[in-house]
Amino acid sequence: MSFIVRRLARSALLLFGVSILCFLFTEMAPGSFFDEMRLNPQISPETIANLRTHYGLDQPLVVRYERWLKSALRGDLGISIAYNSPVTPLLWSRAKNTLLLTTTALLLTWIISVPLGVWAASRRGGLLDRLITLASAFLISVPELVLAVALLAVAVRWGILRTGGMISADFESLSMWAKLQDVISHLVLPVCILVLAETAVIVRHVRASVLETLQSPYVQAARGFGISRTRLLFRHVLPVAANPAISLLGFSLAGLLSGSLMVEVVCGWPGLGPLILEATLSRDLYLVIGGIMLSALFMVMGNLVADMLLSALDPRIRGNEDKAEAEQGLHAA
Amino acid sequence: MPRKSAIPALVVALVVALVALHAVLLFAGFFAPYDPAVQDRDLPYAPPTRVHFIDASGFHLRPFVYAWTSAVQGDDAETYKEDRSRSYPIHFFVSGPSYRLIGLFATDRHLFGVAQPAKIFLFGSDGFGRDEFSRILFGGQISVAAGLAATLIALLAGTVLGIIAGYCGRWVDESLMGVTELFLSLPWLYFLLGVRAFLPLHLSTLRTFFLLTGVIGLIGWARPARLVRGIVLSARNRNYVLAARGFGGSHLYLLRRHILPETFGLLLTQAALLVPRYIAAEVTLSFFGLGVNEPTPSWGNMLSTLQQYSVLVSYGWLLAPAGALVVTSVLYGYLADLFHSRLKSS
Repeated sequence: MSFIVRRLARSALLLFGVSILCFLFTEMAPGSFFDEMRLNPQISPETIANLRTHYGLDQPLVVRYERWLKSALRGDLGISIAYNSPVTPLLWSRAKNTLLLTTTALLLTWIISVPLGVWAASRRGGLLDRLITLASAFLISVPELVLAVALLAVAVRWGILRTGGMISADFESLSMWAKLQDVISHLVLPVCILVLAETAVIVRHVRASVLETLQSPYVQAARGFGISRTRLLFRHVLPVAANPAISLLGFSLAGLLSGSLMVEVVCGWPGLGPLILEATLSRDLYLVIGGIMLSALFMVMGNLVADMLLSALDPRIRGNEDKAEAEQGLHAA
Repeated sequence: MPRKSAIPALVVALVVALVALHAVLLFAGFFAPYDPAVQDRDLPYAPPTRVHFIDASGFHLRPFVYAWTSAVQGDDAETYKEDRSRSYPIHFFVSGPSYRLIGLFATDRHLFGVAQPAKIFLFGSDGFGRDEFSRILFGGQISVAAGLAATLIALLAGTVLGIIAGYCGRWVDESLMGVTELFLSLPWLYFLLGVRAFLPLHLSTLRTFFLLTGVIGLIGWARPARLVRGIVLSARNRNYVLAARGFGGSHLYLLRRHILPETFGLLLTQAALLVPRYIAAEVTLSFFGLGVNEPTPSWGNMLSTLQQYSVLVSYGWLLAPAGALVVTSVLYGYLADLFHSRLKSS
């Protein structure tokens, strides 16, 4: 239990550190949201100065950070300048869609890649194994942006999948069931892109991990006892092999979040991605910081879940946190 | 006499391909038939020029092309027909638009070209009638150079900080590793966009280039730093290092002579791994309109026209920069695999 508490404290500290890092970066910013306004002769310099004071941008860094921290504790995460409203509701309305996309992709990735990895490892050197290894090596090399654009091109050209946005134009008039179908049909393409990119990474690790476990003496012994191949793989090998794979969960979440940002922009999925991109282009400082904080929060939570799974599955970890960390560091490499 | 271990043919092919790729990009001016910024308003979205060997009079050893003529029937999509009335043979080592080779020597020699008014668009033309092939070569210069420079920055910073952390130990190590944890706890693309948001948007190409590589390198140093630290930690307590220390070797001597060489294998592997990743990072930023600006080509801003579905559907040849990116990434990917297996087996 104390393991989880320690992890929680560490995560909170991490988020705090990220927020300080963000504000340190804002110090480097030479321009601001109001630069475009300054070029407009219809807006007087006084108005701009007033606006700056209103949003507290004329204050020194420490004061701005203190204000932001208070607002964050209230649950607002500061004020978006472009939308003139608290950041959290803005982010949340989009984060739901991003979460829908990433969790679907995450689940599918693991559902596909674990059996595939086990299968490839159990038939090492076979045709299927070589095919999977080659395909994953290729897909890992292909940048996700290319994958997204290529799949989109295929989908648009042949019109096989719904593209653009998350819902159809007549969404409101649909029945409950039809609404669900509509969202799912729009979900297919972005999820496909993400799953394809992530599966390539995970299959590789699962395969390597299972191969390593297959070599241990207890597997040989079990084989000698005449335990069936399937039972051996899934009952005896997989739980042990899953250990290093699970510590990959947090790592794969990082890839998935970055990938989802890209895919959302390319496919027009109304998630965090387009919002953050727009905020970046319009220099909406607090919205960008809010987006970074939220992504850090997702990552931290993903890592926590991975840690909890690990400590539930592997009694060694509960006693020895350093070892768990060492293992994680190893796999992050 | 002991036989030299033969280098596998596949490895030779890989190295040759990588060297060729970089040479073609370095001498882009020579290999590209046209200036990447020159527009031809009469030929927007021209499809790739077909290279022919056979015409009415039979087979020709010298390939030739026909000029595209506009044959607009519909209202939106540009359609072209080959004007078969006159053929234009492809000549090699022709004189064309002048350029500076590697930015130094002024010349107008090009590997191939056809006589005016015909144009040879190997990969078609974009919406401004610019030659896609030439733009890929010149854009590749920017994208690949950005990847290489960012890798250099990330590895340099990572090595220096990793060595400091691993060698000093104690609180220096702990605080530095704490900072790396911060950097690693953010999804890289969110982080990249965030840092980019705090920097000016519109700059000259050169300044944008330095800014991009700086930002990408700044974000990337954490992982190499951790890996280098691990190696330094184990190397520091090797017996021969302890012995050298006992004989009075200075810290600098120990680092240079015994500890730094230990990290070379890792650094090579990391470099091969990071270069394609950072090229992709530049491409992504430019694709989003946050990187290199028009009219300077980069693989990213060339691809960004494909964000319009109509372009994506009608002008498939504009995906060519993506192909170039894939080729580069796959080559580097194999190189990384090679280094990795070497590192593991040694």
